[in-house]
Amino acid sequence: MDVLWLSRLQFAMATMFHFIFVPLTLGLSILVAIMETQYVRTGETVYLRMAKFWGKLFIINFVLGVVTGITLEFQFGTNWSRYSAYVGDIFGSLLAIEATLAFFLESTFLGAWIFGWNKLSPKLHAACIWLVAAASNISALWIIIANGFMQHPLGYVLRNGRAELDSFFAVITNSFAWQQYIHTLAGAFALAGFFVMGISAFHLLRHNETDFFSRSFRLGAIFALVFSLLVAVQGHHHAQAVTRIQPAKLAAMEALWETPKPGEGAPMYLLLWPDEANERNAVEALGIPGGLSFLAYGSFTAPVQGLNAWPKEERPPVLITFLSFRAMVGLGTVMIALAAWAWLRRKRLQESPKLLRLLPYAIPIPYLALQAGWVVAEVGRQPWIVYGLMKTADAVSPVAASQVTFSLVALTLLYALLGAADITMLTIYARKGPKPA
Amino acid sequence: MLETIWFLVWGILWAVYFVLDGFDLGLGTLLPILGKTDTDRRTILNAMGPFWDGNEVWLITAGGVTFAAFPTAYAIMFSGLYTPLMLLLLALIIRGVAFEFRHLRDCPYWRALWDGAMTIGSFLPALLLGVAFANIFQGLPLDSQGIFHGNLLTLLNPYGLVGGLLFVLLFALHGAIWLALRTEGELHHRAVAWAGRIYPILGVTLLGFVVLTVPFTGLLRNYLTNPLLLILLIIPLTCFGLLRREIQQGAGWKAWGLSAGLIAGLTLFGVTGLYPNILPSSLDPAASVTVFNAASSTKTLSIMLLVALLFVPIVVLYQVWMYRTFSHKMTSHDLTHDNAY
Repeated sequence: MDVLWLSRLQFAMATMFHFIFVPLTLGLSILVAIMETQYVRTGETVYLRMAKFWGKLFIINFVLGVVTGITLEFQFGTNWSRYSAYVGDIFGSLLAIEATLAFFLESTFLGAWIFGWNKLSPKLHAACIWLVAAASNISALWIIIANGFMQHPLGYVLRNGRAELDSFFAVITNSFAWQQYIHTLAGAFALAGFFVMGISAFHLLRHNETDFFSRSFRLGAIFALVFSLLVAVQGHHHAQAVTRIQPAKLAAMEALWETPKPGEGAPMYLLLWPDEANERNAVEALGIPGGLSFLAYGSFTAPVQGLNAWPKEERPPVLITFLSFRAMVGLGTVMIALAAWAWLRRKRLQESPKLLRLLPYAIPIPYLALQAGWVVAEVGRQPWIVYGLMKTADAVSPVAASQVTFSLVALTLLYALLGAADITMLTIYARKGPKPA
Repeated sequence: MLETIWFLVWGILWAVYFVLDGFDLGLGTLLPILGKTDTDRRTILNAMGPFWDGNEVWLITAGGVTFAAFPTAYAIMFSGLYTPLMLLLLALIIRGVAFEFRHLRDCPYWRALWDGAMTIGSFLPALLLGVAFANIFQGLPLDSQGIFHGNLLTLLNPYGLVGGLLFVLLFALHGAIWLALRTEGELHHRAVAWAGRIYPILGVTLLGFVVLTVPFTGLLRNYLTNPLLLILLIIPLTCFGLLRREIQQGAGWKAWGLSAGLIAGLTLFGVTGLYPNILPSSLDPAASVTVFNAASSTKTLSIMLLVALLFVPIVVLYQVWMYRTFSHKMTSHDLTHDNAY
């Protein structure tokens, strides 16, 4: 394999692994902060125990997010140095701002929270976890604004052989980036809801700490339901923005090859399997005439471009984009159904063993949905690293393939071991339940 | 002008990073020497527990600022130093995880595994950062396209290795003093004793490094034109001289301050000597990456300066609060609370 493909694989592996831990950090930090605030307000020790138990799981998850995040900042320079030099004027500053505004805050106050239970006043201690929660979510904002620039570059001017900043305001108010941010955040919050519900269900089924886990469950169920719905509704608007801004990505998501004749609108097929080699679909059945046009533009006859409108080398990989999009939407639908079921039964949990047995196994669903969503965003943007501005193939570093092979193998092995250890630790501590009151 | 200001900020960020993460990298390196029992080792880990993550963000920021202010330098430096940076990364990963994982299971093999990860994960970054900076001072084999003609072995030259050893010793001393500050009794005495043992070895290495800097690097050029700047070398050397007495008297905050002054001073001495280069080329001086040919646009540099002026003081304020709140002398209580490492 050449340096380009090795670097692509490494970036995909490192980013996807990092993103196993990020969404739980984003959502669970807020849930723990709510629990501790309840304790400060009511003085009920069950909330204190909740904050401590879920906080412990939060920390075990958090540490891998932190250490794997450093890899990402480094990788732009090590593996994508031509990209870094070309857009660093804009992209680099967003990463530096993220560190200054958010990462310092997050790391410092997490230290204060972990070690401050007996040293800080309850109010100040609760403030620490709110600062961690705010900082994690602000951190995500800057990272996604940076990614938004790659998806829909704005506010730049081509000068001195590179993209230079023209309008900082345009870069940070990029509506495409903000949509991605809301979409990611809502998904992450729903994921945290499923995480809390799943572990609570495990204990409720065993009649273990029923009061403790019923309260946890209800909090998780509200989060899971509200944000599964939000992510779907907002996702629809986001897809409409993709249609306008990255039409080739949308065509790949829907495996639409031919641009329909004017006035006809693009159909939507319920059964579909793309055949990339022959630039057509192997299976195309149960079509809704104009369905895709309607979803994309709200009109059955609106024009949607097909993949054949682009030369082959300017299209994203169709099968991966297509399947990931379907996986995301399908899993998202399952999330809504499960969360609604859980919410309806929230007051009669002990009488719902089926639900309680199912929910621990539902924890991976939002994880897979979120990963699939990012695959659509990133693979669907190919061959561009910055949409319309720079191709991924032109962005790679002038390094030796042997170097990248070494780092890819080393990172993969290490990540596999650490990931397994982390999931084992999370499982042990989750099963153990809270410390006796 | 903006480029020069950012170069100064860049140097200060590295200096702050080395001072702050330096003590916890050094303490991690000394873990098997200073920590005889599990309780000792837990005391050592908890002594840096509240701080290590916040300290490491200074590295992320130093890297981020390199990217933001000097993107060309970032691109050339990070791709040129590919393998050492990946090793640094792997080390920092296992080290961060060691802090959090070690205490999760009460099994001697599990704990020994993470103690090993802590030691290697602390020693290797100190060594690699030292080797990398010594090589930057010396000049990297860069052609006019910014392509690095060399490999890991190119970096392991005599001057690079002395630089690596210097960093390991500087951080180890800094870490021993930190442990002395935060402990009482046997562990405190052991930390002071080891600080006393490291001190003379550091002295010899420091002397060797400063002497070798004359033939091996072009750092002195700026100092010959502006001899007044030599104060940047006199300050750390003075700190080093005064440190001896402070260690003998039990290594308190004053000793830590002097050790911090030594590390920060040496970093600023090196960085000032580089100017206006960030990455001098050893192949062709004209191929050097300078503050001017690597900088971002004026607009980016101005906006970033505004952000830095607004937010870095806030960061400093809450990190100072953090250090004031959590750097008391440790007692057994610090090992028994729910979240102790």
